[in-house]
Amino acid sequence: MSEAKALIFEMSKPGRIAHSLPESDVPETELSDAIPEEMLRTSPAELPEVSELDLIRHYTELSRRNHGIDNGFYPLGSCTMKYNPKIHEDVARYPGFAQIHPYQPEETVQGALQLMYELQNDLAEITGMDRVTLQPAAGAQGEWTGLMMIQAYHESRGETGRNKVIVPDSAHGTNPASATVAGFEAVTVKSNSEGLVSVEDLKQVVGEDTAALMLTNPNTLGLFEKDIKEIADIVHEAGGLLYYDGANANAILGKSRPGDMGFDVVHLNLHKTFTTPHGGGGPGSGPVGVKDVLVPFLPTPLVEKGDEGYYFNYDFPRTIGRVKGFHGNFGMLVRAYTYIRTMGPDGLRQVSEDAVLNANYLMKRLEPHFDLPFPQVCKHEFVLSGNRQKKLGVRTLDMAKRLLDFGIHPPTVYFPLIVEECMMIEPTETESKETLDRFVDVMIRIAKEAEEDPETVQEAPHHTPVKRLDEVTAARKPVLRWESD
Amino acid sequence: MNFRYLPMTEEDRREMLDVLGLDSVDQLFQDIPENIRFKGRLDIPEPMPEPVLTRHMKRLAGSNASFDRYTSFLGAGTYEHYIPSVVNHVISRSEFYTAYTPYQPEISQGELQAIFEFQSMICELTGMEVANSSMYDGATALAEAAGVASAATRKRKILVSRAVHPEARAILTTQAKGLGLEVVEITCKDGVTDLEELESAGDAATAAVIIQSPNFFGNVEDLARVEQIAHARRGLLIVSTNPVALGLLKPPGEYGADIVVGDAQPMGIPAQFGGPHCGFFAVTRKLMRKVPGRIVGQTRDEDGVRGFVLTLQAREQHIRREKATSNICSNQALNALAAAVWMTALGKQGLRELARLNLNKAHYARKRLSQVPGVTPLFDRPFFNEFALRLDRPVPEVNQRLLQGNIIGGYDLARDYPEWENAMLVAVTDMRTKEEIDGLARILEGWA
Repeated sequence: MSEAKALIFEMSKPGRIAHSLPESDVPETELSDAIPEEMLRTSPAELPEVSELDLIRHYTELSRRNHGIDNGFYPLGSCTMKYNPKIHEDVARYPGFAQIHPYQPEETVQGALQLMYELQNDLAEITGMDRVTLQPAAGAQGEWTGLMMIQAYHESRGETGRNKVIVPDSAHGTNPASATVAGFEAVTVKSNSEGLVSVEDLKQVVGEDTAALMLTNPNTLGLFEKDIKEIADIVHEAGGLLYYDGANANAILGKSRPGDMGFDVVHLNLHKTFTTPHGGGGPGSGPVGVKDVLVPFLPTPLVEKGDEGYYFNYDFPRTIGRVKGFHGNFGMLVRAYTYIRTMGPDGLRQVSEDAVLNANYLMKRLEPHFDLPFPQVCKHEFVLSGNRQKKLGVRTLDMAKRLLDFGIHPPTVYFPLIVEECMMIEPTETESKETLDRFVDVMIRIAKEAEEDPETVQEAPHHTPVKRLDEVTAARKPVLRWESD
Repeated sequence: MNFRYLPMTEEDRREMLDVLGLDSVDQLFQDIPENIRFKGRLDIPEPMPEPVLTRHMKRLAGSNASFDRYTSFLGAGTYEHYIPSVVNHVISRSEFYTAYTPYQPEISQGELQAIFEFQSMICELTGMEVANSSMYDGATALAEAAGVASAATRKRKILVSRAVHPEARAILTTQAKGLGLEVVEITCKDGVTDLEELESAGDAATAAVIIQSPNFFGNVEDLARVEQIAHARRGLLIVSTNPVALGLLKPPGEYGADIVVGDAQPMGIPAQFGGPHCGFFAVTRKLMRKVPGRIVGQTRDEDGVRGFVLTLQAREQHIRREKATSNICSNQALNALAAAVWMTALGKQGLRELARLNLNKAHYARKRLSQVPGVTPLFDRPFFNEFALRLDRPVPEVNQRLLQGNIIGGYDLARDYPEWENAMLVAVTDMRTKEEIDGLARILEGWA
């Protein structure tokens, strides 16, 4: 059934090439005159040698062994796999955006600077913050950037003892990792039986050593932290700041703003909420917005508008410094800007309303067939538990693999960690009711199979290019590259 | 107004609300407390229909001086090389670009295999044993390498040459604060790292020596001696490099480098105002389990068929998250794919020939430009496709003048090195013709 695909190296034949280089139009420089012999390569790198058609067929075949949003439904919780508009890809490739150098004089890149300036302002408005930096390359880098600013803020006030960052037990895994890399110790605050941050536990955890609380709202269970104001007050009264993980911002556009909730720093994942493509794992973009108290610490430069046009302002003496080369992932900024200009204020609000409606509709329709640990209204995503099926010998992993047979990407599974056999489902607003109904039908069928024909689920997938892969051996005896004989 | 990305009709919404037993969508937002509900309308511009938007974006793009209209001699970490047409066609396959991280390997074999091949090509190029699936860019990869070196050696002192890209050093400084590293900068002498100073600065506390070659000034460093200095102090050798230069230069792995980083941007990735580019990160097998980010490994499926998975996840932040030394999650997968396609297109011989072409053009340019009265080479060192010149007036002034001739001049070294006034860093890649180089020389001559 399953079939291997040759590596590009295995298709190589000496003498073939998929590119034509121009002849040199300048006098030849003797290599030995330019570079001492001991600094020269003695044998060329073993790169593949194939014709152009070989190359295209190889990568076309690889693409057919891959599933993207354009192939089918992709309800991967907390990842916001919404449609990636085609116009974004065209616009980002305009020579005026793709073929400009980061060190060109400012007067030669006014269009790029205007775009960045307007995007900074739009994102500040959407999040309710005062200033935004576009430099961070991804959400995780945004988190780290925010935490470094929080550290600089506390230090500027002479408060050097604030070395703890509080993170809920339902948080994204990057939160504690970012805290650690920023030099903090991550401490956990528990969720209560309703799936929300336990205010009582928070009161126990918070103290003079609190630097910040990191929170996703709605949280990874898809629930709005309705006590957020009280939570913010508790942290602020203790002298800490509030960090908003914007991974789930698709639920709140034009409905509620982190700045109004009491947050001091927020990052957004442009590759989630603002639909820049995920690219198979990047590039992303993670702009960070801050309230006035943190503006002096922003990474530099920021784009500003002066009498003679747009310019980079490097004049932030208390900046945490640079976090990313050049001006961030500009190509992603172009796409996000194009999206915001397509949707406008009403469109963005409609995005969140439809995303939330879709999630609640799916939750309601699936409720009879799966355990639903938190039955209250959800936001843009919700979690099911596969506990009922587990008793029949069918695990969540099996059901996830079975979905592959129907051309559906599985939900995020086994996360958040606080729900057993978890399936975290985020349909997004760009899916039609017909798609949602088909997903429900398939999920019901799988639930039925779990009861009547568990082997079909346990042995899934049946129709993918390869079957389940041996991950244990992959990690124990790593083969991480092709090697020539 | 209708929005083309939103498929729900009013009837759909009605039916769905009926299933939920609700009258309006507002009821789904009642869990947001009244006092933090946003009741206004976001103060952002009104939506534009696609034709209007296209015009707007073309206008913004058109007000930038792009390489298709200007001749650029700018490098300094971002280079304009020819990008074969096949690169864009492959990365435009939406099965690749609309996919998430390959967490479900059965339906992600395409991405996983492409990245496995990318890792292999990076290993070939750098002479290293293991490479990861990519980093944000070369500059952040360098800072992450310092973190790995510190964790591997349990030491905290990082020696970094001032001939390393200034932005990479800036990020290293930012990152060092969080990780508790001590960064010591080593000055330069005649356009390369001062090895005597490096020798005396290195001690038993040294976790790593970080060097760039070709360095920021375009000059090739004496990696053989740097290797001795680093390893004699039981520190790691971290080399940042330009992958195109490795078509000719001895790979850092052959010098005994422990970590090799750099940016794959010259290999099929547009300059695009500095990002997204694509960092690469390669190590010795000994350091395999300390590599940040994701790695693809080969394995077999239940039928014994070869396949690929994300592996060594024990290092990943979501497992031992409180002990993380890196928090990288998303990387630059699509750009890694672009670089892999580029390396495949060029192939074993093509990369060498391309590197040769770059070297020829740059050496011709340096010779030609040095004939201009008032222009002298700043250094006399082996270099690849970038070199520094001393001019007889400030670089911004020269560049203003060049712009009038539709030329984007080189990088002003005084921006980062106040000791070098009137010094311009000039990059000459395969894209520049003899005519363009001569044209630049003539403008400078005409001005003298």
